Amino acid sequence: MGLMEIFKFALRGISANKLRSSLTMLGILIGVGAVILLVAVGNGSKVEVEKSLQGLGTNTLTVSSGRAIRSSTYSTDLTLSIVEALKDKNAAPDILSVSPVVQSSQTLTYGSTDHTTTVIGTSTDYIQASSGKIATGEAFNADDAAKAERVLVIGQTTATELFGNEDPLGKQVSVGGQIFTVIGTLQKKGSTGFNDPDDTAIAPLSAVQRALTGYGPVNSITIEAVSADAVSAAQAEATAILNTKMHVTSTSNTPYQIRSASQLLETRTATAETFTTLLGAVAAISLLVGGIGITNIMMVTVTERTREIGIRKALGAPRRVILTQFLLEATMLSLVGGLLGVAGAFIGANFQITGITPVIVPSSVVLALGVSVAIGLFFGSYPASRAAGLRPIDALRYE
Amino acid sequence: MKAVIDVRDLVKTYGEGEATVHALAGVSLTINRGDYVAIMGSSGSGKSTLMHILGCLDIPTSGSYLLDGVDVSRLNDRQLALVRNRRIGFVFQAFNLIPRTSAVANVELPLAYAGVKASVRRKRALAALDMVGLGNRADHDPNQLSGGQQQRVAVARALVSEPALLLADEPTGNLDSKSTADVLAVLDQINREGRTIVLITHEDEVAHHARRVIRLKDGEIMSDVRQRAIQDERDEVPSWA
Repeated sequence: MGLMEIFKFALRGISANKLRSSLTMLGILIGVGAVILLVAVGNGSKVEVEKSLQGLGTNTLTVSSGRAIRSSTYSTDLTLSIVEALKDKNAAPDILSVSPVVQSSQTLTYGSTDHTTTVIGTSTDYIQASSGKIATGEAFNADDAAKAERVLVIGQTTATELFGNEDPLGKQVSVGGQIFTVIGTLQKKGSTGFNDPDDTAIAPLSAVQRALTGYGPVNSITIEAVSADAVSAAQAEATAILNTKMHVTSTSNTPYQIRSASQLLETRTATAETFTTLLGAVAAISLLVGGIGITNIMMVTVTERTREIGIRKALGAPRRVILTQFLLEATMLSLVGGLLGVAGAFIGANFQITGITPVIVPSSVVLALGVSVAIGLFFGSYPASRAAGLRPIDALRYE
Repeated sequence: MKAVIDVRDLVKTYGEGEATVHALAGVSLTINRGDYVAIMGSSGSGKSTLMHILGCLDIPTSGSYLLDGVDVSRLNDRQLALVRNRRIGFVFQAFNLIPRTSAVANVELPLAYAGVKASVRRKRALAALDMVGLGNRADHDPNQLSGGQQQRVAVARALVSEPALLLADEPTGNLDSKSTADVLAVLDQINREGRTIVLITHEDEVAHHARRVIRLKDGEIMSDVRQRAIQDERDEVPSWA
């Protein structure tokens, strides 16, 4: 009996029970699709973290106020005199620029449109230090800062929210009731998944303090090192200056926190890796559960047909022919189901899942498809081989 | 006259130790070509076990079985499949048609396993269905047919490969009297055409159709009665055949 004949038998076997066949395929489809999509979501979040880290700028240090352990011995305020001290080229040769940062959440109004965003008051060096680039218009200069000109450089998200398709340049915007003029927009940095770096408005520190926050300590200081290699030297110099200016006696409980972008990078990468490991574990479990599901349905399907195998044997079917038929049926069911699962995962990957765009990992496709098809084949043919090995009368008596 | 079936001291036991059951306790039997034998006996007499061994569906614990002069116990799995396919047609009490598969596809099965080409297969399967009077039901699935019709499909399937020996295990056991008559008419006709038939029954009127009646009790032959002589294969072939 030729292979083509047996293939036709297998096709007839599959189409003879369409519900059973489609349920089997559905089981495999879900098993394969879920694994691929889960891994893709984990990978997607990792990719997004990596992308956002590139936007952070790796040459920068951020000094923020506050003690790790609360104590009221000394002031924890970061004042402008500290900022000036950090700019001392003799004490800190590895520091390229120092930008004080005042952050304030404000409602921006243009015409009838409202948008609440973080307004950052800072110096002229900040945009470069935070690896931002001017897209249209220009950044404010030292002159604007000295005169406390009410000018704004806005991020892409803020621009779209407020102005839609209008050109924001030269438009007057009310910020917390004060009129500011938009003089530039920033290039898009892209979402970090946690916060949107494009949803921002940057203005001169003097203007923000005068119009919005009042004069007081700054929230943080962004320090840019002269090069990526000089970051740790710059950190040491900044630490020394800060310790002197803030009268620090115990280095274990300083009134400020200093973090480099590379430290942030390490933290976030570690987080992303934990996430990937977690999702890998979830994927492994779904593969296992999916595999058991496939095992179940294959075992049940074939065991249920033990009688049929008995009939075929009684009619003179050689063992090889029966085995080939069931192996072909299992192959078709697992392959079609598995490929549909892959297709489903590829379609699903086009949608955002809980704010994350899934990025499919090719190896997960191979793994999920391979494991499912292998399980389908084994548990489709093993019970068939057992049944085909029985005496016809024992297979016929099987209930 | 050549023996189709020649069994000697056939013993079949189930279980071990004290729980041993002797289904067959030494049966010796010769059945010649063209004979029509009814095997009778109460349940537990071993008649089904004997039938399964004769059909190569089961193997005896001891004893020899020559089918057309070939010692079946020496055959391997592949050769046994060939014997079941070419030499024996088996009709079950429970019909045993393959579900959700049309009547003609069921009848074609033995031919497919014999490697007959698809077009020839279809023609022979339809001819076999015509012979049992179901040519117009070829495309029906088993569950669309009555019990009697299903059994006639099963008979057509057993006959399609033109085996020398037709074994029927209570073929009318699940049928009403009308369907029983239909199936028996088919069996009578194929016996007249020279086919050897062995069937199990516990109905006297079914046994009445046979030429020879063997009664089993507790795994042994109680009586062996010839009712009619085996006809010559040539004579009395109905004019319409």
